[in-house]
Amino acid sequence: MFEIRIHSRGGQGGVTAARLLAMAALHDGKYATACPFYGAERRGAPIVSFVRIDDKPIKVYSQIRQPDMVVVLDTSVMDTVDVLHGLKKGGRIFINSAGKREFTGFECRNVDLTGIALRENLVVSGSPILNTPVLGALASMGIITAESGKKAIREMFSDERNVKAADAAYKEMSA
Amino acid sequence: MKKIATGNKAVAEAVKQANPGVVAAYPITPQTEIVEQIAEFVSGGLMPSRYIAVESEHSAMAACIGASITGVRTFTATSSHGLLYMHEMTNWAAGARLPIVMANVNRSLGPGWNIWAEHTDALQERDTGWLQVYVSTVQEAYDAILMAFRIAENNNVLLPVMVNLDGFLLSHIMQPVDTVELGDFIPAIHLPHAIDPKHPAGYGTLTGPDQQFKFRWDIERSMRDSVKVIEETEKDFAKRFNRKYGFTEDYLCEDADVIVIALGTLGKEAEVAVDILRKEGIKAGSMRIRWLRPFPKLNLKGKDVVVIDRDYSFGFGGIVASEIKAKTGISLYSVIAGIGGQEVTYDDIAGFVRTRRIGEELWFGVNAHV
Repeated sequence: MFEIRIHSRGGQGGVTAARLLAMAALHDGKYATACPFYGAERRGAPIVSFVRIDDKPIKVYSQIRQPDMVVVLDTSVMDTVDVLHGLKKGGRIFINSAGKREFTGFECRNVDLTGIALRENLVVSGSPILNTPVLGALASMGIITAESGKKAIREMFSDERNVKAADAAYKEMSA
Repeated sequence: MKKIATGNKAVAEAVKQANPGVVAAYPITPQTEIVEQIAEFVSGGLMPSRYIAVESEHSAMAACIGASITGVRTFTATSSHGLLYMHEMTNWAAGARLPIVMANVNRSLGPGWNIWAEHTDALQERDTGWLQVYVSTVQEAYDAILMAFRIAENNNVLLPVMVNLDGFLLSHIMQPVDTVELGDFIPAIHLPHAIDPKHPAGYGTLTGPDQQFKFRWDIERSMRDSVKVIEETEKDFAKRFNRKYGFTEDYLCEDADVIVIALGTLGKEAEVAVDILRKEGIKAGSMRIRWLRPFPKLNLKGKDVVVIDRDYSFGFGGIVASEIKAKTGISLYSVIAGIGGQEVTYDDIAGFVRTRRIGEELWFGVNAHV
């Protein structure tokens, strides 16, 4: 089982990102569960959401304590939240950031999802959309296939800019 | 068709397919998404049902009763305090022999103000004459709603059915759900005692001491008859849609020395604990109780039994543990865990089994054997 914890702020689409990831994993022929932190969500507050992916049905409902991977959609949460908490030794990190970051003992990758969203004009109510381009980044890291990622995005959103942004993230990461 | 859905959305989808004539409901966390989604289906023309937005859960159940007695298929959903606010009317629904289907998203009772999973809400409705089933996956929630209509409306049953799913753990989690082409799985509803203006009759009239017990016994007789109807319905469901269900879901129970019993998602997580224990050489099994009413026949002879209750009857004990003791006469280890959404992991469950003390009670997190 592969367990992912997504850090974001309420309203940034971290829960939708988890849902899209689960949908993509399903298209890859796997089982998946996605869930928000069980409780009240507040706009702007740091939140976490979770995804589990496995080859067999998932029977675990308790929260992920030792994720295989951590995804950070907004680096500002790192000021107050220890995003590495419980991350398995050698675990993987993806950070939405233009600047490369290093964490000893972990494999960290990054791409500027915010910049990509702005370039693709993927902005709603003044906020760049991060939850669709992140699928491209995660596809590049082999968590899902790029094809399933795009299929999941198209199932949920009719605006093709979402797919273009995911493609852009995939290409930048794979370059 | 396979898609990813929350437990709430899966319930709403199943209700849409079952196509009730009337849905009357009031929103409450963590159930709200069910009635929101149904209201959206109705307003969007995707569901021809009449949706009655009411001002309280008591009225929701009263409206369901009024609708159901005209002979139409009826659905509602609630949770926690909403369910308890219905309590007077839930008794009436069963007594009037109305096959109403309700989704109850299990949630703790206040105070403290807690919106997380607990089974005490539904268990306080235990003696009302409703059939009760507890599910453990989003798929099972969807499937159970479809079967609930067929079971409730069967003329050998004609009792309401409550489908229970754990708050947040199932209501808000997203999992794959394979929707079905329903076909004629749920036959058209025929309520033999439906109001018919051409044949006026009295309903709910004064019933004397020489009659009331007959009506009560009739509920119990139908409850007993429902066992066969449930079995037939689940068998036909498996035949048509290839997913098997039973009164319990047994995992590695046959050769087990010790069996863990729980309701809902804890019962599913217990299977992971069983795998861990088996690797240690402990012959464990998991028996997840699905149907609490009618209560299943349990074969627990010669086994150590560990019951996890996400509920409690103050001054007595864990409700499920007490029922099992009463029905089977066995002694068991009663663990009270998961109250108000308290986190319980498969490691914790494995620990309950390893350190079991048959005949005693443990309040998880309080660390005191009672």
